[in-house]
Amino acid sequence: MTYKLGVDVGGTNTDATLIDENLNVVASVKRHTTPEVYDGILAAITAVLEESGVNRADIVQAMLGTTQCTNAIVERKYLAPIGVLRIGAPATLGIPPMVDWAEDLKKIAVRTAVIAGGSEYDGKPLAALDEAAARSFFEELKAEGVQSVAISCVFSTVRSDDERRAAELCREVMGSDVHISISSEIGSMGLVERENATILNAALYRVAESFTEGFARSLADLGVVNAKVYLSQNDGTLMTMEYARRYPILTIACGPTNSIRGASYLSKMENAVVIDVGGTTTDFGVIQNGFPRESSVAVTIGGVRTNFRMPDVISIGLGGGSIVRERPDGSVTVGPDSVGYRITEEALVFGGSVCTATDIAVRLGMADLGDPVKVAHLSEEFAQKAMAAIVELAEDAIDAMKVSAEDVDVVLVGGGSIILPAELAGTRHVAKPNYGGVANAIGSAISKVSGTYEQLVDYLETPREKALERAKEEAAALAVEAGAVPETVEIIDVEDVPLAYYPGNTCRVKVKAAGDLR
Amino acid sequence: MRKIGIPEIEDIALGAALLGAGGGGDPYIGKLVAVGAVQEHGPVTLIEPEEVPDDALVVPIAMMGAPTVLAEKAVGRDEYQTLYDTVSTFYGKPIYAFMPIEAGGVNSMLPIAAAAKLGLPLVDCDGMGRAFPELQMVTFTIGGGSATPMALVDEKGNSAIFRTITNKWTEDLARAVTMACGGSVSVSLFAMDGAFMKKYGVHGIVTRSERLGSAIRRVKESADVTPEEKFLEITEGFKLFKGKIGDVLREVRGGFNFGKVVLEGIGEYKGKTAYVEFQNENLTAAVEGEILATTPDLICLVDTETFIPIPTDALKYGKRAMVVGLKCFPLWRTEAGLELVGPRYFGVDTDYIPLEERSKGGQR
Repeated sequence: MTYKLGVDVGGTNTDATLIDENLNVVASVKRHTTPEVYDGILAAITAVLEESGVNRADIVQAMLGTTQCTNAIVERKYLAPIGVLRIGAPATLGIPPMVDWAEDLKKIAVRTAVIAGGSEYDGKPLAALDEAAARSFFEELKAEGVQSVAISCVFSTVRSDDERRAAELCREVMGSDVHISISSEIGSMGLVERENATILNAALYRVAESFTEGFARSLADLGVVNAKVYLSQNDGTLMTMEYARRYPILTIACGPTNSIRGASYLSKMENAVVIDVGGTTTDFGVIQNGFPRESSVAVTIGGVRTNFRMPDVISIGLGGGSIVRERPDGSVTVGPDSVGYRITEEALVFGGSVCTATDIAVRLGMADLGDPVKVAHLSEEFAQKAMAAIVELAEDAIDAMKVSAEDVDVVLVGGGSIILPAELAGTRHVAKPNYGGVANAIGSAISKVSGTYEQLVDYLETPREKALERAKEEAAALAVEAGAVPETVEIIDVEDVPLAYYPGNTCRVKVKAAGDLR
Repeated sequence: MRKIGIPEIEDIALGAALLGAGGGGDPYIGKLVAVGAVQEHGPVTLIEPEEVPDDALVVPIAMMGAPTVLAEKAVGRDEYQTLYDTVSTFYGKPIYAFMPIEAGGVNSMLPIAAAAKLGLPLVDCDGMGRAFPELQMVTFTIGGGSATPMALVDEKGNSAIFRTITNKWTEDLARAVTMACGGSVSVSLFAMDGAFMKKYGVHGIVTRSERLGSAIRRVKESADVTPEEKFLEITEGFKLFKGKIGDVLREVRGGFNFGKVVLEGIGEYKGKTAYVEFQNENLTAAVEGEILATTPDLICLVDTETFIPIPTDALKYGKRAMVVGLKCFPLWRTEAGLELVGPRYFGVDTDYIPLEERSKGGQR
């Protein structure tokens, strides 16, 4: 028997889960996340190995999911000094790089420049790339000891030649060890948001080094020597350590993504709304053909607006520990505040004095937890009103995730899922799979690797069928490049959106492919 | 006369997005252009229409082209200088001040950037008091003004002046040149003298946008009224409906976004249905089949929690929205105004009846 080890480093807890080759959960533990991430990972892995008694040499894959990058941006910690080069003059000069960033975060850019180059929407050159200006900018960065550079370019999602040429020049001048982030590999249409994501990616290289090294070192120290090591990224697929160091920003929001994928696997549903109920908040996401639906709007991280792919997830202030209150007018409210991890001391059923959503579920006979006698004094009417409030919160959020009025299937996971009933308006079927509490780790264990290709195409010049065919080939090639076994690669998403105001029949074509790990 | 800096720009962008009545574009890029210009050149002087001499040259500034291209190329460094040079050379006199042509997310912002860069004042006046989809839909048309001579420049330094025989020609020629220049250009149109601007312009529009934006931002601060009451009070809005979006139908025709959004009532409107039809901007709002508001009065959808305006391209199933009607600029309610922007122009088979009469059932 071989095993997979999934580790998830959250803001509060570090989880470790061992799963066998048939994807059965063997053991699962929770430890506190430590300031030095390595210590928490070490403690969690040590515990899960002890609990399971599995032979360490039989662990063949180890996956890490982490919120370290989000935390680094939000807390402005461990970010590296970088250089920011934008190619696009004479266009774009009206908006200097980082123009609306907070001052403290802006400081990560040691030097910025906007130089000539880039292309128009149809790939026609906008201006010739100013190679001399690029060189002298890189010379200045080198003199200042900068080791990471963000390069963006106008319409690089249509043509990335200038960005790639600038990256070559950067390596020539600054040496092959320099970290280069280029915008066409990170964001989508919309220069400012794409450039912002690229800048954040460049500034995260040290954070990425720290968690990749920490994970590898803890595995080695514990004798887990046969495992291939991967990082979870936020589209439900995996990347290698080397890839993660190049694209650390793609780890952001991998936690909710893994929960969504895990829920899909456990419930055997490929299209559903996934509800992950925690102690304080509940995440709502959508599984579409087995993968999380991407957000179609700009996503703000630490006050910076970006457009790299992110799972479409909404969070509401409802969880097992949400505090229930009766107002003077007789109405009952639930949350958004919660007793959080103190639920085992403060909830009524555990002998505490705070009425929580969990107490309501126990009072109404929906869950068997703690001591039901301790909630017997709650009136039936009060409990029903509280449950109605809980259900309304959940139903509104389900509605917000739907794209039409049609009823949807729902998968309920997470430690707090006992507070929700199996009957919810707007749903066909509500599944509560076993092992829902570790859906996250299971999600990371079943991950595939993917590639995404995006381009503007005029269907009058290139017929739609031909354009889609080519995009599919490009996407599949990118998946293989990222580590997928070619025979297992399949197209998981095809999108072509007609663009108003363009001549002819211009569409934005986007294709995503994924396959099993090599 | 007063100065507008970055905090004012934030509020103007938000307020103008509301006055965009569903259209007018995403304020984000426009706002960054304005903020970038003010960071570099300092605050802009906003002057009242009355401060402009009757014979002074006043020039509205706008962008033309695809919002997706604007989001990639933004604007360059020199477009507004080139526009200035082109227009002042043509008229043989200096430009006294810039002004916006419409209130909307994008075109409320770019004239601020132009004024900051050239150190010219911005006039607190536009030609719509809201956003409309077509070139000629400005109050200046009622006064006999012409969009042309219209100057068009791109970021590469190309410039052109159009003198056309009809607005249709202006639209066709400008669109062709815009595509050749890369899909997004800066234009000046309806150049006019101070007297004409004062007579036909929508006075105080920048200040109104700013007040609305600031009020939306602070809508939850009031202690004695609910945020919704506060919102209706400051916008002088007529509450037409409150509901959940049940369906959105869309179609792109001739460069315009046509569509209809269906809402299912919530709260006091539970059990009722409403719809709003749009062509870039919202055209009509009906509850239970009865029309409660039509263009040119403003029909705005706002988020029921944040009161942030929802543009037509962001309408999606499940969103909770309040439909609010705002009275349009009085000149639009004249016969000449309704000919340009009344319901029948947009193919809606109904007479224009002012919002305050139609929505009698609606609440203030």
